[in-house]
Amino acid sequence: MASKRKGKQTVYIQNPLSIISTAAIVGPKEGKGPLASYFDVVMDDDKWGEKSWEKAESKMLKETLNKIVNKSGKPMDSVNYLVSGDLLNQCTASSFAFRDTGIPFFGVYGACSTMAESLSLGAMLIDGGFADDVVCITSSHFCSAEKQFRYPLELGSQRTPTSQWTVTGAGGAMISNTGIGPYISCITTGKVVDMGVKDTNNMGAAMAPAAADTIITHFKDTGLTKDDYDLIVTGDLGSVGKDLCNHLTKIQGFDIEDKYNDCGVMIFDMQKQDAHSGASGCGCSAVTLAGYLYHEMKKGKYNNILFVATGALMSTTSAQQGESVSGIAHAIRIQNKLS
Amino acid sequence: MQKVITNEEYLELVEKKSPKSKLFRNIIRAYVVGGLICIVGQFINNLIVSQGMSKDSASSVTTMIMVFIGAFLTGINVYDEIGRFAGAGSIIPITGFANSIVSPAMEFKSEGYVTGVGARMFFIAGPVLVFGISASVIAGIFHYILIR
Amino acid sequence: MQYLNAFIIGGFICAVGQLLIDKTKMTSARILVLFVTAGTILTALGLYQKIVDVGGAGATIPLTGFGYTLAKGAFKDVEQFGLYGAFTGGVKAAAIGITAAVFFGYLISLAASPKAKR
Repeated sequence: MASKRKGKQTVYIQNPLSIISTAAIVGPKEGKGPLASYFDVVMDDDKWGEKSWEKAESKMLKETLNKIVNKSGKPMDSVNYLVSGDLLNQCTASSFAFRDTGIPFFGVYGACSTMAESLSLGAMLIDGGFADDVVCITSSHFCSAEKQFRYPLELGSQRTPTSQWTVTGAGGAMISNTGIGPYISCITTGKVVDMGVKDTNNMGAAMAPAAADTIITHFKDTGLTKDDYDLIVTGDLGSVGKDLCNHLTKIQGFDIEDKYNDCGVMIFDMQKQDAHSGASGCGCSAVTLAGYLYHEMKKGKYNNILFVATGALMSTTSAQQGESVSGIAHAIRIQNKLS
Repeated sequence: MQKVITNEEYLELVEKKSPKSKLFRNIIRAYVVGGLICIVGQFINNLIVSQGMSKDSASSVTTMIMVFIGAFLTGINVYDEIGRFAGAGSIIPITGFANSIVSPAMEFKSEGYVTGVGARMFFIAGPVLVFGISASVIAGIFHYILIR
Repeated sequence: MQYLNAFIIGGFICAVGQLLIDKTKMTSARILVLFVTAGTILTALGLYQKIVDVGGAGATIPLTGFGYTLAKGAFKDVEQFGLYGAFTGGVKAAAIGITAAVFFGYLISLAASPKAKR
């Protein structure tokens, strides 16, 4: 009987496990948004001196790793594992970014939920006694994502009101069994949830059921309520998905509205920056966590956060075959003080 | 989740909560920009005819020039801005056809000229050619039956 | 006046396209296919020629006009060569449009690169 399990989808981290450093590198559009001051680097342009969008994305990941390790005060070869993923086919942005690091590497794919997925697995590696220090990191890039999933950049097409803007950003954290907080204390791993949304221009609607499902399961498994948290934040549901998640949690008896926000509506100025329903992409939740949320926790504005990164699971092939878009959401409890 | 709300109920809820496009504004924009592009085409056509070319040849040369205009505006990164504003007003005219070929050609340059530009140039416009040409063959066959 | 007719008819065809984009879940690829095939069918029914006579460029510039060109070309070759003209006529008439798009596409890809959107 696995002793750290609680309920259906939750595990407790037994030994204090801290986020000891973070870093975030973003593109120009994100650098003009309300969270701009929280990012380590704002790129001048989306290619960042590289020959392709894909190479630029790898460069972002590499530089973010360097910053995370520098800020931790530990040497690069003390990192036991790199857990990383991205949106590109076969996660090549990550694998190429880290090929010269010499660090044991786990590539993971959770679409836009990758930040929480990598933190979950990294935390389990540490608390399972398999590692002391792990870097969890992910990225997305507007141009490489559009090229792969949607249309060439120069095509004169119109975005629908429910569509979201893929963040150009790389973010991550070093987690460790040393450190004085903020602590990762509890992980609720999501299951694939599909309610039949086929519109690939409405990812928020596709992911909202998974987010609601994971949040509610977290409460049911742990016995915690929204009052145990200062903030419950989803990864990238956008304004439409956020509205739907609020509704879905409410009708199941869990009203989280006054504590609830979404990185997708925080990272861009929804009035001034042409973002339609908000931001999306692995980088969205990653840079918001690594930048804004982490620093505001250190300052004490938030002491208890439920970080719920959300992902839309599909491919261009599945969409063309008329398949619906599945969603997944992973929740991580982050606390300044362990009770 | 399925116990509390069915898929059908959820999809209805999504439909209700999803903001709709500003239809009237978009139609006006598409109408005006599409109409203006046609005026440009008419002007070029008239100019060529006044230079002495026959009507049919003028029509062909106009097509070529309009395709070039669409290609050029795509190349200087302007056509996507027109498209964002005008929607169908920039997609439906033949300049849009050119844009749908030139934009992938530019995008996939990073994958090389043969496997990138060459192979993937038609991934948006391809269906137009497949269905347009096929329809013309069928129309031609019907026409043959009609005039026999 | 000729320019007014071109504006009115060309704009109308684009407005129909916009209605389809906003009101249906049709992708722009499907809408383009619909328009080019509609142009071919309307030409076969003898209707599109009337629209061209009135609208001029307003009827030939939109993609329906491409279908019109394809159909008219097929008819011409059928009348001249018989049944196999159905296979030669369409592409022959549309040759300049297709060739221009391919050639300029290649040319411009040599010189230009995509830029990130704001």
